[in-house]
Amino acid sequence: MAEEVVLMKGNEAIAHAAIRYGVDGYFGYPITPQSEVLETLAEQKPWETTGMVVVQAESELAAINMVYGGAGTGKMVMTSSSSPGVSLKQEGISYLAGAELPCLIVNVMRGGPGLGTIQPSQADYFQTVKGGGHGDYRLIALAPASVQEMADFVGLAFDLAFKYRNPAILLADGVIGQMMEKVVLPEQRKRLTDEEVIARCPWAANGKTAGRKPNIITSLELDPAIMEQRNNHLQKKYAEIEANEVRYEEINCEDAEYLMVAFGSCARIAQKAMELARAEGIKVGLLRPITIWPFPSKAIAERAKQVKGILTVELNAGQMIEDVRLAVECKVPTEHFGRLGGIVPDPDEVVSALKEKLVK
Amino acid sequence: MKQEIIIAGFGGQGVLSMGKILAYSGLMENKEVTWMPAYGPEQRGGTANVTVIVSDDRISSPILSQYDTAIILNQPSLAKFENKVKPGGILIYDGYGIIEPPTRQDIQVYRIDAMDEATERGMAKTFNMIVLGGLLKLRPVVEIESVLKALRKTLPERHHKLIPMNEQAIRIGMEIIKKV
Repeated sequence: MAEEVVLMKGNEAIAHAAIRYGVDGYFGYPITPQSEVLETLAEQKPWETTGMVVVQAESELAAINMVYGGAGTGKMVMTSSSSPGVSLKQEGISYLAGAELPCLIVNVMRGGPGLGTIQPSQADYFQTVKGGGHGDYRLIALAPASVQEMADFVGLAFDLAFKYRNPAILLADGVIGQMMEKVVLPEQRKRLTDEEVIARCPWAANGKTAGRKPNIITSLELDPAIMEQRNNHLQKKYAEIEANEVRYEEINCEDAEYLMVAFGSCARIAQKAMELARAEGIKVGLLRPITIWPFPSKAIAERAKQVKGILTVELNAGQMIEDVRLAVECKVPTEHFGRLGGIVPDPDEVVSALKEKLVK
Repeated sequence: MKQEIIIAGFGGQGVLSMGKILAYSGLMENKEVTWMPAYGPEQRGGTANVTVIVSDDRISSPILSQYDTAIILNQPSLAKFENKVKPGGILIYDGYGIIEPPTRQDIQVYRIDAMDEATERGMAKTFNMIVLGGLLKLRPVVEIESVLKALRKTLPERHHKLIPMNEQAIRIGMEIIKKV
């Protein structure tokens, strides 16, 4: 059968991909610019086909705690929101990380801080990769740059989440959520049966069978000695993820004298800027982190050896640049260009910044 | 082939849906397409615009600094986008919505009185398809057959009876567009 190519928004692609990947439950609360995720699920009525549960919760807090409950049973569950809504979910996200529960959180970022704007932003980078909630924890963070990746990363995020028993987050923004592009959706999979869930998640609280010790899902531990052990276990797991799961894309880096680093929508804008700059004879390449945690530090450090300067392009005041500077240990001049509060730069602005800050 | 197009006007004029039909038609021809709306409160009574890119190759940025073609349906949008047409590019405007016409000499300016034509013929709902017809006359980005195919694919069956009227609107647009 020829694969079906469809045209849809990034937000819609997330909803369709979730149904097709056999996700068991979605719990969300509407907020622009990601409301189409919930709307599409409501239109598609997957509860009538795959049996997937879709709940519009009474709040973001309720939604993330429904995710906690569902994930505790070993089911594939997810939520989505946008910046202010994701801030509300942070307590639950920290608990999910502490209890080592696999799940998917989608953040289609908008301008902040506070209630901010509804236009695209990438100002939740720190929140996503440096904590957000309390405690020493990490989220597996994927940054899609196309509608196709919005669809593909739903499955990838769940695979990684279950592989490592860790929450995964898909960090998109209003550009990727609202734009329409061609997309090939994954084949429809069956949801796992209860037996398959038990086999995949022997740790899950899904009904004790005779002879098995009770499974306890909690992030609470009053004995600090045990809590330290738990933290050490988490850190070991994070190191393993850092060793195995870094993903990035390099475009025109082989002969690059300058390097741009950008993720998500900014990577697309930077790619066009790269085309324009190259047409003027500026040899610039683009490195696009696909996982923003684990961060492609080694790849950036490697490229830094050949370039005269690095420009990060972000829809924020300079967040990812901190990780880039750590990666290159400040051996190469590293500058930042960004627009704030929901303004998206056009490729010309990026070219100008490149010239002004690096090429000179 | 790559066409970078901005369509801009008032919310409610069918700006976004016209872009969508164009993008869908590109999909029917297996081309790469992006449809990027300016979304937000500005759509309520203010200006609405959408960037549509149709290309044979992978598309980098959905956000652009300059456009091959601008379709301008109201005065505020003209102010915003006239200087963003590439030199030698095309600007199409609807005579009804524009009181002060474009002034640039280094681009090709076309006028299409789609609103008047649509009102006269009692085809107000196909206003945007008349404009689309004008675009396709000048820039055959997609075949008319692909547009009709896209309509058949995206419209619910009960609306398929409207497709001939849409085809007529496209052909009217092709006839009435004129160089300024």
